[in-house]
Amino acid sequence: MGLQFYVQNALGGLAYGSLLFLIASGLTLIFGLMRIINLAQTAFYLLGAYVGLTLVAHGTNFWLASVAGGAVTMVLGLAVYSAFLHRYHADHLTSLLLTLGFALILDDGVLAVWGGDPRSIAPPPGLAGSIHIGTLVFPEYWLAVIAISFTIAAVLFFALQRTMLGVMIRASVDDEEMARGLGVDVNRAFFVVFAAGAFIAGLGGLLGGPITSAYPGLDGEITPLAFAVVIVGGMGSLTGALVGSLLIGLVNAFGKAMFPELSYFTIFVPVALIMAFRPQGLFGRKL
Amino acid sequence: MTLRQAQDDAPAALRQAQDDEVCLRLDGVSKRFGSLSVLDDVSITIRTGERCGIIGPNGAGKSTLFNIIAGELPLSRGAVSFLGRDVTRVSAHARARRGMARTFQTTTLFPRLTVIENLVLALQAHSAERFTMLVPRSRYRARDHEARALLERVGLGTRADALVDALGYGEKRQIEILLALAQRPKLLLLDEPTAGLAPSDASLVTEMLKREHAGLTMVLIEHDMGVVFDVVERLTVLHYGRVVADGPVEAIRADANVQEIYLGGKV
Amino acid sequence: MSVGRRWIVAAAAGFVVALLLPRLGVPTFYVSLLTQTWIFAIVAMSLDLLVGFTGLVNFSQAALFGVGAYAVAIGATRFHVTAFVPVMALGIVCAMVTAAIFGLVALRSEGVGFIIITIALNEIVWGLAYQWVSVSGGDNGITGIVRPHVGPFDVSENTGYYYVCLVSFAICLVLLLVLVRSPFGLVLKGVRETPRRMRALGYNVWLYRYLAMTISGGFAGVAGVLFAWYNQFVGPVALSLDQSTQILIIVILGGIGTLYGQVFGALVVVFLSNELSAVTQRWEMVLGVIYFAVVMYAPGGLVVLVPRLWNRLLGRRMPVTAEES
Repeated sequence: MGLQFYVQNALGGLAYGSLLFLIASGLTLIFGLMRIINLAQTAFYLLGAYVGLTLVAHGTNFWLASVAGGAVTMVLGLAVYSAFLHRYHADHLTSLLLTLGFALILDDGVLAVWGGDPRSIAPPPGLAGSIHIGTLVFPEYWLAVIAISFTIAAVLFFALQRTMLGVMIRASVDDEEMARGLGVDVNRAFFVVFAAGAFIAGLGGLLGGPITSAYPGLDGEITPLAFAVVIVGGMGSLTGALVGSLLIGLVNAFGKAMFPELSYFTIFVPVALIMAFRPQGLFGRKL
Repeated sequence: MTLRQAQDDAPAALRQAQDDEVCLRLDGVSKRFGSLSVLDDVSITIRTGERCGIIGPNGAGKSTLFNIIAGELPLSRGAVSFLGRDVTRVSAHARARRGMARTFQTTTLFPRLTVIENLVLALQAHSAERFTMLVPRSRYRARDHEARALLERVGLGTRADALVDALGYGEKRQIEILLALAQRPKLLLLDEPTAGLAPSDASLVTEMLKREHAGLTMVLIEHDMGVVFDVVERLTVLHYGRVVADGPVEAIRADANVQEIYLGGKV
Repeated sequence: MSVGRRWIVAAAAGFVVALLLPRLGVPTFYVSLLTQTWIFAIVAMSLDLLVGFTGLVNFSQAALFGVGAYAVAIGATRFHVTAFVPVMALGIVCAMVTAAIFGLVALRSEGVGFIIITIALNEIVWGLAYQWVSVSGGDNGITGIVRPHVGPFDVSENTGYYYVCLVSFAICLVLLLVLVRSPFGLVLKGVRETPRRMRALGYNVWLYRYLAMTISGGFAGVAGVLFAWYNQFVGPVALSLDQSTQILIIVILGGIGTLYGQVFGALVVVFLSNELSAVTQRWEMVLGVIYFAVVMYAPGGLVVLVPRLWNRLLGRRMPVTAEES
């Protein structure tokens, strides 16, 4: 197992982890703020991928198509949220089952519209090549994905730390009752966070396409990883989502390479360790 | 090995005798939430059979102190010992098993269970019966009788089969105390037992407490001074998390410092 | 006749009817669906023990169900263990051990944290079944499971097996009803209502939740074993998150905290999912819509909804009754 093996898998793991971040960031924030377990989050990713690839097939620019994918999932997500979900945010079981029902409907809708065949998605022109460093070879696109995700992460961190809205959101995560009492528009914070979560997941769909492709069931395969990220990183923590995603991405990549029959199981190791020694996750607060 | 107060210089034998009589001892208990200090170096010794009241303005840290004594909240510094043994790291339910019982400021009962079921849970907590899985409860008639008898004694016999949810506030407060008493505790912690009660209900509660006191050590948090003076013999005054006065009721009553804390000496 | 007596008579009558159904000329297809109903009623009751009586929303019940099923499959194909009692015991033990492990991990949290972790645990077991091809057959699963004789009876055909499942369901129902009416059952209800008060009374809340999870796992294992023999095939779908959801929907539809309501929930869901796929290709979407509707409009479940609708039909007003403990 030479250098190529390690670099290849490490980079692949980081790239995949970057995609996980796009999904897990929304998941953990929606969870931390609203205590809603959004089981439709990975379905948003899938829908974004399909919408994006259809637009690309019709000549749209790759990046615009990604944003469009995100926009579609955001609108859809907000529709469900406003119509049904927001009334039940305090009821864990009901809100969970609602997102699950929605995911089922979405999954089947995607199957109905685009069919069951896997769709491969080409990276945008200009990033389709490989990088050669000495004897090491890896796709350019991986680096692009890592860069983009980190940029989005930076924007999110900035928004949370430096904007008024971000402060409102953080205050509401900390202590919702207190925040309401202080006049914070908590409902608006909920709305924004849900919208952002849905958007970024949908955006990630096409962005991740060249790495994951798109096929019915993809969302079901990503779900365990996304949940592992939220558990390991800490529910409600953006930092946790970032660190957790990269960690799980790496574990997944090396797990697949070294124990292909047990790669889901290898994800269990960090989860179990966290459960044993730090149940609130690396960066979470005690729930 | 019990924890000893630095200032105590009585001879060893006397100290041993005193230890046997000590029910609860707090040694330098401090609690911080981040940079906020809620309790600061609280040391209290409560003897067996003593009835002690903890008073102080709102926010003085009284409920936090109770939660630390009961084991629900970990302390930041100091130690708690109960019946001569250090319980600082002992869990809440283990402390309850050793003889600590408490009531809560907000009524904390089992709303969708009947009054009888609430009491049975308290009564069977120390019996192996609680692990019985294949015998219906209807077979445990003695337990049922025991629970009903307890209710009769406080005049709530007719409410035995009602859901706790359906009870009035005053009745619920009574059940709250009854649950604690049903545990046959060695130490009873009461967090504002008469809060929100009409005077008639409040006196029912104080009667219940005065009757049940033989051998039972009691620590009471209260705002109603009438209740305090009626039930306890000793007062500890907390202010901003510190003990500012500790002694017999009459002495505390006359203490100028305490009168000032209560804004105008209505103590 | 007292209310309690009336229920027992009704249940006995129902049981007799269920016994007679295959002999009354009901088509084998429906007998088959009813067999599935008994099986899913068992696993739904096992989940109700947790959700309705202990206050734990466990999303990993399908994993326990599936472990029981795979235990049968692997036991039969790898180790040639096929007899009824040993396999049933194996399935129950495997499911309980899995539940015991899950409990250690998941019970470190409460509330939503618990739910998230059980989701992750279910997915991990599903991932194992899906990927560990050499043991589980991967996506293709394991086929060729033979139904054993039950005592002297050959139950390889539908009717015989229908009885096995019906009797198993009845036994499980009785055991669980006794359990929830026992002192231990009362403790579980206390834990569900107000864990803080339970701790103050001296109960080790974690321990009771743990015991509940393990016991619930045992019953889920029973259902899993019966399921493997019913299908004569086991695949990863049996332990998927979708399956966990379906079981939860049955519990809600039947009525959380009722136990006896689960069989009705199972009846509806089994018949609906089978009939739907014949009617439309988009049956999953319809199922999703139904989930939505059930969760939002029938929180008390069928056992509350049906009598209320019935009374409304007859023009009566039904008084709001206290929840049956």
